[in-house]
Amino acid sequence: MAVKKATRDAYGETLVELGQVNPDIVVLDADLSASTKTANFAKAFPQRFVQIGIAEQDLIGTAAGLAAAGKIPFASTFAVFAAGRAYDQIRNSVAYGKLNVKIAATHAGVTVGEDGGSHQMLEDIALMRALPGMTVIVPADAVETKLAVKAAAEHKGPVYLRMGRGAWPVIFDEDHKFEIGKAVQLRDGDAATVIACGIMVGEALKAAEMLEAEGVKVRVLDMATIKPIDAEAVVKAARETGAIVTAEEHNIIGGLGGAVAEIVVENCPVPMERVGVKDVFGQSGKPDELQKFYGLTAEGIVGAVKRVVERKAKG
Amino acid sequence: MASADEQVVKALAKQARVLRRRVIEMLGEAGSGHPGGSLSAADIITVLYWHEMKIDPKRPDWPERDRFVLSKGHAAPILYAALAEKGYFPLEDLMTLRKLGSHLQGHPDSNKTPGVEVPTGSLGQGLSIANGMALAAKMDGRSYRVYALLGDGEIEEGMIWEAAMTAAHYKLDNLVAIIDNNNLQIDGDVREVIGVNHIADRFRSFGWYAVEIDGHDIGQIIAALRLARGIKEKPTVIVAHTVKGKGVSFMENQVGWHGTAPSKEQAEAALLELAAGEE
Repeated sequence: MAVKKATRDAYGETLVELGQVNPDIVVLDADLSASTKTANFAKAFPQRFVQIGIAEQDLIGTAAGLAAAGKIPFASTFAVFAAGRAYDQIRNSVAYGKLNVKIAATHAGVTVGEDGGSHQMLEDIALMRALPGMTVIVPADAVETKLAVKAAAEHKGPVYLRMGRGAWPVIFDEDHKFEIGKAVQLRDGDAATVIACGIMVGEALKAAEMLEAEGVKVRVLDMATIKPIDAEAVVKAARETGAIVTAEEHNIIGGLGGAVAEIVVENCPVPMERVGVKDVFGQSGKPDELQKFYGLTAEGIVGAVKRVVERKAKG
Repeated sequence: MASADEQVVKALAKQARVLRRRVIEMLGEAGSGHPGGSLSAADIITVLYWHEMKIDPKRPDWPERDRFVLSKGHAAPILYAALAEKGYFPLEDLMTLRKLGSHLQGHPDSNKTPGVEVPTGSLGQGLSIANGMALAAKMDGRSYRVYALLGDGEIEEGMIWEAAMTAAHYKLDNLVAIIDNNNLQIDGDVREVIGVNHIADRFRSFGWYAVEIDGHDIGQIIAALRLARGIKEKPTVIVAHTVKGKGVSFMENQVGWHGTAPSKEQAEAALLELAAGEE
């Protein structure tokens, strides 16, 4: 049984590590520090923590000002409030200004669970990746989150880091290498390629095992950086495996599936299927129930792979 | 014989007239833009750049510089006029305002224009940014001060009041917000559009120190900014009562001049009037 750990826990721990080595790291939160885990940083470095209260627009605006004054601010709240409530602040102050703000959003997707559709952000990847100059990262597990947080701190420019609420299986060893803009190949196969991000990377690996038991070998790519996307890895996958399935805990419109489709269509058109939430809002339920309901599971990926392999065979 | 103070005020008033002329020239050439709110802010901007702020045009990135945030970003022409007159970039650049390829965008873009601190134009965002800068100064033990110029219509944005709470909570006494209270917004009088009134009291109730002045009286602007330096443990707001379009008679208090550039003939008439003010 794999060890489980929430990406937000890894985020909170890594912030403290960063705070110890870099005095320019500052952290802001909007009354959710216990949930986003920025409370760890607040405790360790109270002078460098800015509690904004329930005011997400001000959260991002203040972070922009801190960045303009040379700080490296990490601004945290739930994904629905960061990318949604404060979109214009992210667009006009942060992205347009090319300011060095790290928007670290937690509780993305349907696995927020019981809080329901109002709190289950499924459009943030689409919104954030449409912004010029924005880097969008969706780590697959706690280990990758730690590396992504460190990479975000070193990267010059705005970053949107998307994390979840629940404890996810840990996929990577501690010696995992993460680089912004580089996909990681986790398995190889020639029937199709599954390109996944976030919680769906673990599901993709499970799906690959299930498929292999049926004699279907698939390549699995962890596409943690959705922008700038690793176009080379996508084109290579299309050329070498001839079929692609994307998997994300996000609307199938505009997210990872959309980003991959843009590359595939222009460079090497092959049959594609997108696993994700099919343009509906979420609802209350237990996270695992919701994952099943919306098909965000290994079984959902297996079904999509079978469909895409069949389409590929038809030519 | 004028006293030293009177001479300072006179020189600043003269400088403000120069900036007003630049605004008219720029907008006449550009054919679009916002004269009303640029002219109402001319005296405030002049006092900030020629009297109040610690800046070095040769070093726009000097860490110790005072910061100015034009939250009412549509008044970009008056800011550009001040920056050019101060030497941040050549005066002839002003005539490229709003043209393709110009570093002088319709609204301020800090990645293009030397001396512009942050991008603004989507109203309501500048005070939060100013707060962030003021917080950074406190964290770093730096002595620079931060000034944000807001429109009275702009404070209808809810984000301004989020920022007002934050500034008071963190006791940002290195921050001064100035409200260009010219009473007009695109759809009419701010009091009629949505009841913007008692501005100073609103800020006081949020924990700010507030002072009201005539925003075209150079002496009062200087005095209010000096007063703000002495206020500790809370941010200061200066509610500056101004006249939209100030200095050009046919533009004064006319809402139509919010976002309409003068024609060549109107620009000439305006420039003549501003030149006559020199006598």
